[in-house]
Amino acid sequence: MSLLEIEKLSLSIGNTPILRDVELSVAPGEVMGLVGESGSGKSITALTVMQLLPWAARATGRVTFDGIDILAASEDQMCALRGDDIGMVFQEPMTALNPVKTIGEQVAEGIRWHTRASRADAEDHARKMLDRVGLPAAQFPLSRYPHELSGGQRQRVVIAIACALKPKLLIADEPTTALDVVLQAQILDLLRDLVAENRMGLLLISHDLAVVTEMADRITILRHGEVMEAGDTARTLSEQLHPYTRQLAQASMHVPARARTHEVGLDNPLLQGAKPLLQVDSVTRDYPGRRKSLLKRAAPIRAVDDVSFSIDPGQSVALVGRSGCGKSTLARMVLALDGPTSGTIRFRGQVITGKSEAELKPARRDMQVVFQDPYGSFDPRLKVEKLVAEPLHVLEKKPTNAERREMVAKALHEVGLSPRDMDKYPHEFSGGQRQRLSIARAIITRPKLVVADEPVSALDVSIRAQVLDLFAELNQKLGIAYVFITHDLTVARAITDAVMVMHDGKIVERGRTSEVLDHPQSEAAKALVAAAPDLHRAIARRLHEQG
Amino acid sequence: MTAYLLKRLAIALITLVLASMVVFAVLEIIPGDPARLMLGMNASADQVDLLRNQMGLNAPLASRYLHWAGGLLSLDFGRSYTYSVPVIDLVRERVVVSLPLALIALALSTIIAIPVGLFSAGRHGRAGDTIAMGAAQLGVAVPNFWFALMLIYLFAVWLRLVPAGGFPGWSAGVWPALKSLFLPAIALALPQAAILARVTRSALIEVLNEDYIRTARAKGLPYRAVLWRHALRNAMIPVLTILGLQFAFLLAGTIIIENVFYLPGLGRLVFQAITQRDLIVVESVVMLLVAAVIAVNLLVDLSYAVVDPRLRSRQ
Amino acid sequence: MTLRFDIPEENFADILAKAFTNRSFLAGFVITALVAVIAIVSFFWTPFDVTRLIIADKTQAPSPAHWFGTDHFGRDILSMIMVGARNSIAVALVAVGIGMGIGVPLGAFAAARGGIVDEAVMRLNDLVFAFPALLSAIMITAIFGPGALNAIIAIGIFNIPVFARVARAGALAIWPREFILAARAAGKGKTLITLEHVLPNIVTLLLVQGTIQFALGILAEAGLSYVGLGTQPPMPSWGRMLFDAQTRMVAAPWMAIFPGMAIVVTVLGLNLLGDGIADILDPKSRRQR
Repeated sequence: MSLLEIEKLSLSIGNTPILRDVELSVAPGEVMGLVGESGSGKSITALTVMQLLPWAARATGRVTFDGIDILAASEDQMCALRGDDIGMVFQEPMTALNPVKTIGEQVAEGIRWHTRASRADAEDHARKMLDRVGLPAAQFPLSRYPHELSGGQRQRVVIAIACALKPKLLIADEPTTALDVVLQAQILDLLRDLVAENRMGLLLISHDLAVVTEMADRITILRHGEVMEAGDTARTLSEQLHPYTRQLAQASMHVPARARTHEVGLDNPLLQGAKPLLQVDSVTRDYPGRRKSLLKRAAPIRAVDDVSFSIDPGQSVALVGRSGCGKSTLARMVLALDGPTSGTIRFRGQVITGKSEAELKPARRDMQVVFQDPYGSFDPRLKVEKLVAEPLHVLEKKPTNAERREMVAKALHEVGLSPRDMDKYPHEFSGGQRQRLSIARAIITRPKLVVADEPVSALDVSIRAQVLDLFAELNQKLGIAYVFITHDLTVARAITDAVMVMHDGKIVERGRTSEVLDHPQSEAAKALVAAAPDLHRAIARRLHEQG
Repeated sequence: MTAYLLKRLAIALITLVLASMVVFAVLEIIPGDPARLMLGMNASADQVDLLRNQMGLNAPLASRYLHWAGGLLSLDFGRSYTYSVPVIDLVRERVVVSLPLALIALALSTIIAIPVGLFSAGRHGRAGDTIAMGAAQLGVAVPNFWFALMLIYLFAVWLRLVPAGGFPGWSAGVWPALKSLFLPAIALALPQAAILARVTRSALIEVLNEDYIRTARAKGLPYRAVLWRHALRNAMIPVLTILGLQFAFLLAGTIIIENVFYLPGLGRLVFQAITQRDLIVVESVVMLLVAAVIAVNLLVDLSYAVVDPRLRSRQ
Repeated sequence: MTLRFDIPEENFADILAKAFTNRSFLAGFVITALVAVIAIVSFFWTPFDVTRLIIADKTQAPSPAHWFGTDHFGRDILSMIMVGARNSIAVALVAVGIGMGIGVPLGAFAAARGGIVDEAVMRLNDLVFAFPALLSAIMITAIFGPGALNAIIAIGIFNIPVFARVARAGALAIWPREFILAARAAGKGKTLITLEHVLPNIVTLLLVQGTIQFALGILAEAGLSYVGLGTQPPMPSWGRMLFDAQTRMVAAPWMAIFPGMAIVVTVLGLNLLGDGIADILDPKSRRQR
């Protein structure tokens, strides 16, 4: 007997169909993984079960939870179910908690509402729940406010709220997507334990095949609102009978073909070749800290702490580390968008720290950037031509209009877009295409170095594979050196020669990519490697467990 | 927390000092010779000299400012030229009309606006919301003094329920006095309530789209409870901002409304003073109103800290 | 207060298409255009000459000859409302111009510079905010005497911090975006970035605020003229007409009703227009419908 049974669920919002004939079931104590790329309708499926849909949504079919017909249930019935029998954990921990209420109030609220417990009893219960999710009373009293907690801690509070009344079904919608890999592993462990302890059913929604494989007994693969394949996790993924399943799995494990890797300087632990392209010498960056009292000066926060390294021309280097380790701050200083508190950075032999914008022009020509968010990195008011041509601002001689169009056309061609795209606006492109635009913008001045800050982490797996291929190809063809900032080790493994691991503002380990990832030495690197979801490994483990 | 409070207090004080300099500069320096301005072109040189001495205009500018500002601090605003009495006496007499009027209007507009905003946000997009917001849209467009004229026409001329104007004074008893403030307060409050209701509604709707509202719903709280327990407090911040700004408008509004209803408040005083070119009175009343606006804005800043714990811990 | 808004991602043609299906925008546009046309027509033609006093026709009730009646000097109220529209629009428009012209650069500059410059601009803002339009008008008229020009200055001064605040909040929301970082990485300076990327992205916010301040300006002008601090007779103005009507409420209520309606309709039109523009351009508010 299933706990949750979804049969022939179709749903449309306004006139847009979102789901078609979705079938899915979760048994008590079972983990069901719901996988799909963005826009596949997986979140909407979850919201349908909770009946928290936008009001323009129309659903048909049958959704039965514990014998109750959800689609026909009244709002009062749903209120009784939500938070009591069905708990839900959301993707964005930073915004999922009410900023003006304490964590104690927020955990206790649902308890009081459903059990009519007294305030004291509810707070007692909330306290136990917070202890259980790893927020002990000493550091995390009930009187804490959400803004005093980190993202991982906030997600633990959300989990405490969802599991406080031991629901029969827990729905977790991308619960770890906003967290770094180490936090992800911790939160997944916590969810796994809670589910086992209380024999909850878990509907785990994720775009990450590796995460789902590690967690789920059975999976359902969704695409454009339709179920592609469903079944036992290990069998489905090892057999890969359905073409879409195969496509997803292959994209998740994709390694771009790189004919020639850059071996110069790799034997030297400092990665120093004869004539380095970029040289970073004992760079430190402090930010003003929070003042503890009116009288004492605040101790500064050290984001980057005495970092030195160098990169050779054409070399592809990954800078990996957990969120908040200082890797983005370091990248900004390399790009001369931020100045170090102390230390110097040389680019092609020239010091670029403490220079005026005019003096930086030659360096800026040879140094470009690709950002994470394919949506936020273009001014929506401008056409592609102006956007891609923006770095031409640093050229000695301003190109004429015709020359500029020529250059933009060439750059677009190189990233696999049509020169005709130049007269469009950025919103007319998909996420993957925008990231190509972003790369076109970065290579238009023929730079020697491109700094890419999590360039594929916002993309779906299939698109991600294509963009990684493009990066690899341009590295081969144009001899561009890369600094890849990422918390995702598969990306580092895919296209870099060397890896530097950052932790608390310091580089704690560096070396050839395969060596560091296969045999990490430092604690930080070990933690990253151990926590990184790996589809191969996950499938192997599942098969092994099942014999 | 203390740092935030001290900073807001310091800003308020600096603004007050700067504002006093502006008032002093506009009314005592720009005219060149205030005594001549007050007495008009026909006054004799002797008369002007006398007034100059009386006003202390012969002293150097800095010491004149310090003397004036010092006087303000000790509530010595100088003597009115036309009434020949200390300005503070005039103010004391008039403020008991203007202040209650502004406060009643503020209270009225808040009491009307917040429930309407909640009602509308709760029925977002449905008929009740459309009607309430249509009425608010109209209310925003109505000038309060015209609304006042229409109220007089309706309630005083036609229905004869309340006096058309005038003020019997508090000595005539609280009820008759309040009765004569009734129409002016409504005239002031309704257009302000319309603005406040719109702001409350849109702040609530914005908050209702936040992720934490979904979290609260997922706990099993019904929509009403989410609205009251989670949305309202978060929506208070923009509402408080508008309330602070509205106080300034209400003060200005009282000045005009007092003229419609012939109420002997600060507004009437200042207009009479302008016609009689009694700069000393104008200066004092303007300064007083500016101080009130600054004080209310300080109060709003402090109430932010009560509503939002993030402000309490930020520096 | 932080400001969050989504930048609409569509081009002009889409926006135009949407504008003509938005009821609020359409109603506001039609009303505002109508008032503007009436004001323009009044330069060439009015039913009666508003400068001629015909005492024999004084305080006549509305009739086919005088649709809105006549005032205590026998002037045609409809004609006076037409000429008054001209005056109201001119005062409010110039005051908005002053506010935008000074306030927007100030706010954008403060956001671009940050630090002490930002602090100074904000404190200046606080200072001006402490003087509501009516208070500054009182001070100005006490020295320079009443008049339309002084009303414009008083309302305009009050508009400056409003626009500075909106421009600053909008710009502060734009500056942390990645496309600004991209522009900086392309070697562009703060001024160039402000002109190329920041201002075009906050134009819609300014437009919406502009219509709001325009409407408030018309209300403020009417208020100032009503208490005798604004436009002076014999130039007709809506506020002044209401002042004249006040003592004649019993005998000639139409003298108060029609000029007041003119104000209400004009302000309503502008507010609807502003709401409509905000609706069309802010995808967040659209998502809620």
